[in-house]
Amino acid sequence: MNTILENSAYGGVAISLMAYMLGTVLKKKFRLAIFNPLLISILVTIAVLVAADVDYAVYERGAGYLSWLLTPATVCLAIPLYEQWELLKKNRAAVVCGILTGVITSLSTVLVLAWLLGLKHREYVTLLPKSITTAIGMGVSEELGGYVTITVAVIIITGVLGNMIGGVLCRLFQISEPAAKGLAFGASSHAIGTTRAMELGEVEGAMSSLAIAATGIATVVFASAFANLL
Amino acid sequence: MKYLKQFLLILSISFVGELGNRWIPLPVPASIYGMVILFVLLLSGVIKPDMVRETGKFLIAIMPVMFIPAGVGLMDSWAVLKPLLVPVSVITFVSTVTVFAATGRSAQWMIRRKKRAEEAEQ
Repeated sequence: MNTILENSAYGGVAISLMAYMLGTVLKKKFRLAIFNPLLISILVTIAVLVAADVDYAVYERGAGYLSWLLTPATVCLAIPLYEQWELLKKNRAAVVCGILTGVITSLSTVLVLAWLLGLKHREYVTLLPKSITTAIGMGVSEELGGYVTITVAVIIITGVLGNMIGGVLCRLFQISEPAAKGLAFGASSHAIGTTRAMELGEVEGAMSSLAIAATGIATVVFASAFANLL
Repeated sequence: MKYLKQFLLILSISFVGELGNRWIPLPVPASIYGMVILFVLLLSGVIKPDMVRETGKFLIAIMPVMFIPAGVGLMDSWAVLKPLLVPVSVITFVSTVTVFAATGRSAQWMIRRKKRAEEAEQ
């Protein structure tokens, strides 16, 4: 089994995609946040790799091509953004307000919780950029002297979590305006949350895309000020 | 041919984004520069939506699966995460929920306030 997987460029990816499809079927059937296709795909793939004793590096040789597509796909988020531009302009006050609130809330909840849990400065700055897109978050963590690998892991976990529970949170907090939903997904769980917002609708997707770029850049600006607080 | 042209255009913009990432000393990734560049080109009419639409929508539609490798990569981060598991889990959960609620509620409050103001005018 492991020799087949180790010598295959497609086997790992095929397993991941099959698990993803399985996740979408389960999600449709049970309508529970825990049956999140992305989460299921990640867990099943890890289980298969561990069971077959295949290293991540081997899997990544084939699956890396999926990640390779991320940059062009993110560039394409400009298309829904352009299509919803009129709506966005009309709601610019809400967009600015939502994004600034999101960024300040993210940085201050990390500050307060890190202080309550007694984290050291280096651990605190590692977690500061947790809500923003991976590439920007890595840069912020590095700049502030954090542990970059942990930052990346926490950013991915945050994204999957937002993707998973965003729908439940919209109901719980009675967020029903499509634009507000989109901003909430993008500000709390960056591009991974945005893929979920995209499934809800064009407006949600466009607003979430905008929030990825805006919260990322605003976090670069505010994070260094917050870093000195603990 | 249509798809090839669209893909070429998207990749070229990604490449220019890479150059931006390399030359501008900010922690902004190529993808964000590329997104801004494509947006400006669409808005200014240099690129027509038809020149990127189908391939762009396809890439966006399959985007969720592009995060699977990064997620599977968590199996290698387990060793470094383990000592910090409790604080990291608490902070991740609480802050994700709080940010989601604060962003959504504040934006919704502004949108509804504007709607009410518009209705009052009529």
